[in-house]
Amino acid sequence: MAIAHSPSRDTGLDNLATVLVTVGVVLLALLTLYLVGFDQGAVSRSGMFLHELMHDGRHLLGVPCH
Amino acid sequence: MPLTDSLKTLLLRGLLAGLIAGLLAASVGYFVGEPRIDAAIAIEEAAAPAEHGHGEEEATGGHSHGDEAEVSRSGQKAGQFLALGLAGMAFGALFALAINLARRFSTLSGPRLVLTGAVLAWAAIVAVPFFKYPANPPAVGDPDTINDRTWLWVAAVVLGLLAVTAGVAAYRALASQLGTVRLIAGVAAFVLVTTVGYLVLPGVNEVADDFPASLLWEFRVASLAQTATLWASLGLAFAALTEFASRRSTPVAEQVATAG
Repeated sequence: MAIAHSPSRDTGLDNLATVLVTVGVVLLALLTLYLVGFDQGAVSRSGMFLHELMHDGRHLLGVPCH
Repeated sequence: MPLTDSLKTLLLRGLLAGLIAGLLAASVGYFVGEPRIDAAIAIEEAAAPAEHGHGEEEATGGHSHGDEAEVSRSGQKAGQFLALGLAGMAFGALFALAINLARRFSTLSGPRLVLTGAVLAWAAIVAVPFFKYPANPPAVGDPDTINDRTWLWVAAVVLGLLAVTAGVAAYRALASQLGTVRLIAGVAAFVLVTTVGYLVLPGVNEVADDFPASLLWEFRVASLAQTATLWASLGLAFAALTEFASRRSTPVAEQVATAG
C-alpha cells in the first residue's frame, strides 16, 4: 500500500491469473444477466419458471418482454 | 488516493455494492412500479378474453399473467427482489472489472473514479437504450417480435457503450485544454454518437391506441426511477466502501479524503 499509483503492476491484465479471473467473472455475470433478462425457457430446466419469476424485474429494468 | 486494492477486493466490493443497490432498486420498484404492472395486467386480461390460451403457448415463447401464470403475482413481486439482487451483483462484478481496467489510465481518487464510472455506466446501459426503446409494461408489445426487439435493445446498449467510449476518448484527447472545454467535447462526442445511432436504429411502436397514456408514462418513470436507484446506489455504495477501506488502512488517506 506504500505505492501510491502503480499503473501496470498488480492492477493490470498482465498476468494469466488476472485474465482468467476477468474472463470467468464476465461469463458468470453475463449468464446471470441472461437468466434475469432474456431467459425464455431455453436454459432453465424448469420451463418458463425462471422467466416468470423474474418477470416484474425484467419489465422494470427495461428489457423487452413478450 | 487512487485505488490500490487487489482485484479480488474490488470484485467482492462490487458484489456487495451491487447486492445493496439491487435490493434498494427492487424496493423502489415494489412501491412505484408494481402498482403499474398490476394495472397493465388487468387491462391485458380484460382486453383479450378470446386469447385465453396465451399462457399455454409456451413453445412459442408466450407467457401468461394473473391466476393462470406458473408464478403467481405475489411470487413475481418477490421474484423482482431476486431478479434485481442478481442483476445488481452481476452489474457490480462487471463494474469492478471496468474500474480495475480504468484505474490504469486514471489518476482520479478511488471514490471519484467509482462515482464517475457509475454515472457513465448508467448513461451507457440505461439512458441511451431507454430513450430509444423505453421500458414497456405488460400488455404492451407484440409477442411475435420479442426476438427482434430484444436484439434491437441489445444493439442500443452497445450504442450506449460506444457513445460513452467516444465521450471519454474526446475528453482524454484534449488533455491540454481547460476542464470545461474537455467536458464540452466529451459530452458533444457522446451526443453525436448517440444521435447517429438513434437515426440508424429502427423505431418500435407497439403501444395499442387504447392503452392509457398516463399509465404508460407512469410505468416508464417508475422504470427510470428504479434503474437510476440501482446505479446511484451501486456507485455510492462502492465509493463509500472504498473510502472506508482506505481510511482504515493508512492514516494519510484520511487527510486526503477530508481535503477532497
